Amino acid sequence: MTEEHWVDPEIIRPYVVTRGRTAPVHGRFDLISMAVSVGPPPGPEAGLDPEHHSILRLCREPKSVAEIAAHLDLPAGTIRVLLGDLFDRELVSAQEPQSEVDMRDMKMYRAVLDGLRSL
Amino acid sequence: MVFDRSDRPRLPTAIKILIAGGFGAGKTTLVGAVSETRPLRTEEVLTDRGVGVDDLSSVEAKRTTTVAMDFGRITLGDEYVLYLFGTPGQERFWFVWDELAEGSLGAVILADTRRLADCFPSVDYFERRGTPFVVAVNCFDGAPTFEVDEVRLALQLDTSVPIILCDARRRHSSREVLITLVKHSARLRAEPVG
Repeated sequence: MTEEHWVDPEIIRPYVVTRGRTAPVHGRFDLISMAVSVGPPPGPEAGLDPEHHSILRLCREPKSVAEIAAHLDLPAGTIRVLLGDLFDRELVSAQEPQSEVDMRDMKMYRAVLDGLRSL
Repeated sequence: MVFDRSDRPRLPTAIKILIAGGFGAGKTTLVGAVSETRPLRTEEVLTDRGVGVDDLSSVEAKRTTTVAMDFGRITLGDEYVLYLFGTPGQERFWFVWDELAEGSLGAVILADTRRLADCFPSVDYFERRGTPFVVAVNCFDGAPTFEVDEVRLALQLDTSVPIILCDARRRHSSREVLITLVKHSARLRAEPVG
């Protein structure tokens, strides 16, 4: 194999996993969008890829896009696409953070301060 | 946009704080000192269209570049999860900073007194963006010691910007840095807290 034909598999893998898709079918997942699996794990008839199943296992407890990406060693963009698939099939519940957090909300600041002080 | 379904368990609300500063200032050290797990790493793969024109011109074959970010998680009760993101060092990744800064509670700029000038791009960025920030001077062994006033003068910081001395390796010290930021952000955006 000549050097010019060699392609880093680490570059290729994310695109294979998403079959070339770069945008999720649903939602705009931020790095800290949280996702959690819902319902029983789907069987083989669901036709999901191994990475979808990995996400569902990982998200039995709520996880952010960034955490899922880190644990599965895939780029965040790939995780967004896969999460979109799972959300579309109602296998995960997810939420965008920005509209949730009101930066004028005193209650949020107090909760964060209390949490940090108890570390 | 919230696309949670009403009959499903409620997800915790995620909050993020950015940890900025020059290369080697101790960003990942601070993240690791206060997080509940070792720092994790996430990557964004970018096409060359998203990157500044100067960086890839000499590498004709390369069409993508990867930006790595170290981050940590602190679970705050049932309702909130705090994520600390180390910002990518290179300034050509400003647009990644934009995504990180959007909706963030604020930023910690870690200063290394051996290379104070490394902080300038971060200070400029958060001032321009209106993101609340504090400067934490990481006191390395053997690094020149500065008074807070000297750092303020050198970085031309307004007196309203908190500057604190810290040791990013220590959990307690890093926690105090975060508490200072949260209080500062609350002062600017909500009402004062004790």
